[in-house]
Amino acid sequence: MTTADPGPVLEVEALGMRFGGLVAVDDLTFSAQRGEITALIGPNGAGKTTVFNCITGFYRPTSGQIQARHADGATYPLHAMPGHRICEEANVARTFQNIRLFAGMSLLENLLVAQHNKLMRASGYTIGGLLGLPSYARAERVAVDLAKHWLQRVGLLHRADDAAGDLPYGDQRRLEIARAMCTGPVLLCLDEPAAGLNPRESRELNRLLVSMRGENGLSIVLIEHDMGVVMEISDRIVVLDYGRKIAEGTPSEIRTNPAVIAAYLGVEDEEVEQVEQEIRR
Amino acid sequence: MEYFVQQLINGVTLGSIYGLIAIGYTMVYGIIGMINFAHGDVFMVGSFTALLLFLLIGLTAASPLIVIVLAIVGVLIVAMALTAVWGWTIERLAYRPLRGSFRLAPLITAIGMSIVLSNMVQIAQGARVKNLPPDIKDRLSGGFQVMESNGFAAVVSYRQLIIVGVTIALMALFTWIITSTPLGRAQRACEQDRTMAALTGVDVDRTISLTFVIGAALAAVAGVMFLVYYGAIDFYIGFVAGIKAFTAAVLGGIGSLPGAMLGGLLIGLIEVFWAGYVGSEYKDVAAFSLLAIVLIFRPEGLLGRPEIEKV
Repeated sequence: MTTADPGPVLEVEALGMRFGGLVAVDDLTFSAQRGEITALIGPNGAGKTTVFNCITGFYRPTSGQIQARHADGATYPLHAMPGHRICEEANVARTFQNIRLFAGMSLLENLLVAQHNKLMRASGYTIGGLLGLPSYARAERVAVDLAKHWLQRVGLLHRADDAAGDLPYGDQRRLEIARAMCTGPVLLCLDEPAAGLNPRESRELNRLLVSMRGENGLSIVLIEHDMGVVMEISDRIVVLDYGRKIAEGTPSEIRTNPAVIAAYLGVEDEEVEQVEQEIRR
Repeated sequence: MEYFVQQLINGVTLGSIYGLIAIGYTMVYGIIGMINFAHGDVFMVGSFTALLLFLLIGLTAASPLIVIVLAIVGVLIVAMALTAVWGWTIERLAYRPLRGSFRLAPLITAIGMSIVLSNMVQIAQGARVKNLPPDIKDRLSGGFQVMESNGFAAVVSYRQLIIVGVTIALMALFTWIITSTPLGRAQRACEQDRTMAALTGVDVDRTISLTFVIGAALAAVAGVMFLVYYGAIDFYIGFVAGIKAFTAAVLGGIGSLPGAMLGGLLIGLIEVFWAGYVGSEYKDVAAFSLLAIVLIFRPEGLLGRPEIEKV
């Protein structure tokens, strides 16, 4: 990173997503800064996961643009790329609210699948691997080392050969993060990483995410309901309600933002001013 | 005793051929959850490709054995390659456009594809039985005598040795590909969660294509083996062998690779033993009855994993 600041790692511009008559995301614009943790919060049904699905190619947005930008300045139009290229070329990885590991495969294999393209190339699309080429053996060793590094980071190295489906819930969440990291992401999107975790696991997760931030230029965007996690680790927060952005700022700004409080308390828009005054008083 | 051993040898040979075809069914089912009913006809196309190649090479009775062996290896490789192209094309043209549509659409297309293939061969090659040139057949006859008494000898023919040997080698290779190469890992990942596999960077379409290519190549091997073993083929062998191999895949547990191999072996043995000891009229009935019985007591097949539905 010797050159000038290449700009934000993720830019969402006028994003719109409609399902028939339902407007899930409406004219949403925000950006995520490089090397920071950006949190996306909002009440249930605010459209947070829909935004993620648009970013990772799960949905084609009805309107608007999403752009990922690497440190070297290269940009990738995520709204127009198929899922596997978003991961491979734009280096955007994600995890899911409901965990989606390859349950029947071992932990190590889960992390090796995440390095599929690298290994596929090294193995000469399997043919070289069949012939036992040394370049393939080397690539496989590097891949296994990276997988082990991440298993260590998330504290699961001792279970490397167990089936992923046999892990307890909290461990599965961390494994999902490890798998996402094995794809070598520039931007990591976490959908409710702390959901279902007990307080101790939640603290461990905080530590893990904070230690990952900025490492090799990694940026994180996360959706989270646990305000303890959000306020503690995020650098910036974007608040959604009914598919629109209602606030954006640092944790301390958001904490005192009346529109946010109103949205969370379920107050009508017209009453926001009233709530605001009540807070000031 | 000799009679029993002889039937055992025949059964294992036939079972090997079924097993090779059954792998194609089970792999495709595993990865996209559809029964590729055209797979039996892909096997038939592979067999015809091999026959044409043998005729092209034009072996004579005077060709030395080494030439014949080389010819078989060459035919095997070329037939695998050409049939693999068929498998790829069928997936690309007939199945991929329908992915994501309702469940029965690819199934119906597969049946259509099966009819297209068998009719194509019927028109191009005629409906009559086609024979391997007698020169080649004669050179391949002969074998080892395993045991003998009362004037009856149990014999393993060279052809049977080739078939079982190639099958074992291919299954070992194949098991290795599935368990420890990036391609195999990607296939298993797609099998469990296609969307998630795509999000970790796996090109799902290409992985599915390669699955069809591998399945077709293995079916081609079975086709060459069938041709070398029986020496006569027609456009209809795909249907019969396809149904048997499908039964084998279901018997072993569809989606399970060892299951497909085991199922193929069992179906082959039952058919041969029934024909040998009871009579050849009802050998298919015996095979299909066994399937029915197994499915009543183990609906997931012999080696299949039961589907657990969480409520």
